[in-house]
Amino acid sequence: MTSIDTHHAAGTSAAPPAVAAWITSADHKQVGRLYAGTGLVGLLGGLVLAVLVAFERIDAEGYQLLDANSVAQVLSAARLLLTFGAVAPLLLGIAVAVVPLQLGARSLALPRLAAGGYWMWLTGLGLAVASIIANGGPGGGSSDMVDLYVLGTIVMAGGLIMTATSVATSVLTSRAPGMGLLRAPMFSWSALVGSVTLILALPVFIGTSIYLYVDHKYARAAFGGNVGISDWAGWALSQPFTYLLAIPALGMVLDIVPVMGRTKLAQRSAANVAIGIVSVSVLATVTQSTVSLPWDGEKFFDNLGDKIADLLPWGLLTVVPLLGVLGVLGLSGLTLKNGKPRVAAPLVFAMHGLLTILLGVAANVLGSIDDAGLRGSIFEAGTYVAITFGTVTIAFGALCYWGPKLWGRRISDKAALPLGLLALLATALGSIPYMIAGFADQPAGALDGFSYEGPQELWNTLTTAGFALMLLTTLAFVALALKSFTSGEAAGDDPWDGQTLEWATSSPPPADNFSDLVVVGSATPLADLKSNTNGKDA
Amino acid sequence: MLALPPAPQAPARRQVFVATSLAAAAGTTLLGGMLAMWLQFRADAPLRESAKRGMIKDWMPAKIVVPEVATNMMLIGLCVVCVMAQWAVYSAKRNDRTHAGLAFGLTALFGLMVVNAQVYTWTQMGVAVNGGAFHTMFYAITGTMMVLLVSGLVFTAVAAFRYLGGRTKELEVVSANALYWYFLTAAFTALWFVVYVQK
Repeated sequence: MTSIDTHHAAGTSAAPPAVAAWITSADHKQVGRLYAGTGLVGLLGGLVLAVLVAFERIDAEGYQLLDANSVAQVLSAARLLLTFGAVAPLLLGIAVAVVPLQLGARSLALPRLAAGGYWMWLTGLGLAVASIIANGGPGGGSSDMVDLYVLGTIVMAGGLIMTATSVATSVLTSRAPGMGLLRAPMFSWSALVGSVTLILALPVFIGTSIYLYVDHKYARAAFGGNVGISDWAGWALSQPFTYLLAIPALGMVLDIVPVMGRTKLAQRSAANVAIGIVSVSVLATVTQSTVSLPWDGEKFFDNLGDKIADLLPWGLLTVVPLLGVLGVLGLSGLTLKNGKPRVAAPLVFAMHGLLTILLGVAANVLGSIDDAGLRGSIFEAGTYVAITFGTVTIAFGALCYWGPKLWGRRISDKAALPLGLLALLATALGSIPYMIAGFADQPAGALDGFSYEGPQELWNTLTTAGFALMLLTTLAFVALALKSFTSGEAAGDDPWDGQTLEWATSSPPPADNFSDLVVVGSATPLADLKSNTNGKDA
Repeated sequence: MLALPPAPQAPARRQVFVATSLAAAAGTTLLGGMLAMWLQFRADAPLRESAKRGMIKDWMPAKIVVPEVATNMMLIGLCVVCVMAQWAVYSAKRNDRTHAGLAFGLTALFGLMVVNAQVYTWTQMGVAVNGGAFHTMFYAITGTMMVLLVSGLVFTAVAAFRYLGGRTKELEVVSANALYWYFLTAAFTALWFVVYVQK
C-alpha cells in the first residue's frame, strides 16, 4: 500500500523565501501565489479607477476629479486592470497552485512556461498601465505611448497564453493513474476548459493588436489611430470574453459546494457538460462578433425562415452560455439539498458570485435583443460589472477554501462571512443601477453630452456606492488574508473534510506535493477512502 | 493512516507534444484571425479596373507585383521541411542518429530557405510600410508568419541538440518539432493563398 498521507507540519516549509527565490521559482504553488497576490493588487487599482469614473457620472456639472481628456484613458485602464490585471491572474493563479494538487501530480506540466508566463504577463500589464499614465492607451495623446500600450497588451496576452498552456497540459497529461478526464475534480476540469478557450481566444486579440500596432506606428491608415484601438480590440474587455475568464470560477463553485454540503456532487456528468457549454462563447470571441437578435415585435413570425437564421447563432452564442451557468446553479442547489450544508465563507462567496454571474449572463441575453434598444448604452457596463465582480467574489471564496494549501493557514470564517454578504451587495449596487440607466439610454463610456440629472443621478450614485463598497470589501479581504495567512490559525491538512486529492497532502504541501503516486478509483478518492471503499467507484 | 493502492509505473506523459499541439491551436487562431481581418478589409475595398481581370477589388496597389516564384518556393520549401522533420522522427525512433542528424540539418536548411525567400519577397515587392492599409497589414501578417517560422527554427535547433547530445530516448521533442512544422505549413498555405494568390 502506498501512503498519500504525506503530513508536513504547517509552516515548516513556508519559511519566507528570498526575493531571488521568488523571482526564479518554478514551483507551481509559488507561481500561483504570485499570480493571486498580484491579481489582488490589480483588483484594488482597477476598483479605484472604476470609482473615479463612476463618480464623474453622478454630476452633470462638468468633471470633478478627472481631466476631460483623460476620462477615456482612465476608463480603459479600469477595464484593463479589472479584466487582465485582476480576474485573469486571480483565476489562473489559483489554477496554477491548486490544479496539480487536485490531479495528484508532483508538479505543474512545463512549470517554467507558467512561471515565464507570469513574468511576461506582469511586464506587459506594467507597460500597458505605465503607457496610460504617460498619456497613452486608447484615445491617448502621446503617439509613442499608444504604441507602447498596444505592445504591452500583446506581451500581457502572450504571458497568459503561456500559463494557460501549462495548466491545460497539466490536466491533459499529469492526472494520477486511474483519474480519467471525467474523474478530474470540477475545478481542474473547468481550468482545462477555461485555459483552452483562452488559448484559442487570446491569439485573436494578439493578431488584432499586431495589426493595430503596425498601423498606428507607421501609417494610421486602416484602424482609426488611437481612437480605433477600443473599437478593434475592446471586445477583449467585454462580454462574451469575460465568460471565458469566468469558466474556472464555475468549477470552483462545483468543488466547494459538495464539500460544504457534506455530500457528493449531484449529476456529475451534467456538471461537466454545464461547464463545457459555457465555452461556446469562445466562438463569438474568436470571430470578434456580437450576435444580436432582431425581434421585430409582432412581425416576429412573419418571415420565419429569416428568423430561424437569426435565432440559431444568437441561441448558440448568447443563450447556450446562460444555460451552462443555470446548470451549474441548479446542480449546486441540488447538491446542497441532498446534503447537510454548513454555512462557511467559501460557500457564501461561491453562491453569491454564481448568482451575480448568472445575473450578468442573463442581462447580456437581454442586451443582445435589438428591439430592447440597449446596444451602445451603459447597460453593457452593468453586465460587465456583474460578471467581473461575480467572478472575483468566487475567487475570494476559493482563496478562503484553498488558502490552507497555499499558505498553511486559514482565513477565519467569522471574519470572512460578512465580506461575502458585502460583495453581493456591492455587485448588485454596481451593476443593476447601470442596467436600469441603460434603459434610459445613458450611453456607455461617454460622460459628456448626456443629462445625468433626475433618476440618472440616483442610478449613477448607487453604482458609485457599489464600486466603493466593492473597493472596501476587497481592501478588507486583502487585509484579512494577509493577517490570516501570515499569523493566522494553522489550518491542518484537511480542514474542510475534503473529497479530492489536494486534501491528502500537508498544508502547505512540500515541494513535490506528494511522496508517492497513487491510483485513483473515483471522482472523490479521498471521500471514498474515508468511508473505507478504498478508492473504488461507489 | 489513509492509503490508496500503489500506482503502477507512470505512463509517458508527452507534455511537450501536448503543449505543442495547444501552441499550434493558438497559432491557428492567431493567423486565422489575422487572415479573417485581411479578407474583411479586402472585401470592403472599392472596385477598380484591372487590365487582365476586369473589375477587381482595389486592395493591393496596382504597381505592386508579387514575386510568385519566391512565394511558391516558400510553400514548396515548407512541404519539404515537413518531410525532413518526419524523417527525423522516423530515424530517431530507430535510434539512427546519423540519419536523424541529417534530417534535422535539412529541416533547418529548408526552414532557412523559407525565411530567406520571405525576406526576398519583402525586398522585391517594395511595399512601403507607411503606404496605406494594405501595406501595414501586409507587413503585420507576413511579419507574424516570419516570427512563427523563426521560432520553428529555434525549436528544431533545440530538438536537434537535445537528441544529438545524447537524449536519444526522448523522442517526444522530436515528434513535437515535426508537429510544429506541419502546423506552420498549413498556416502558410492559407496565408499564401489569401495574401499572395488571391491578393
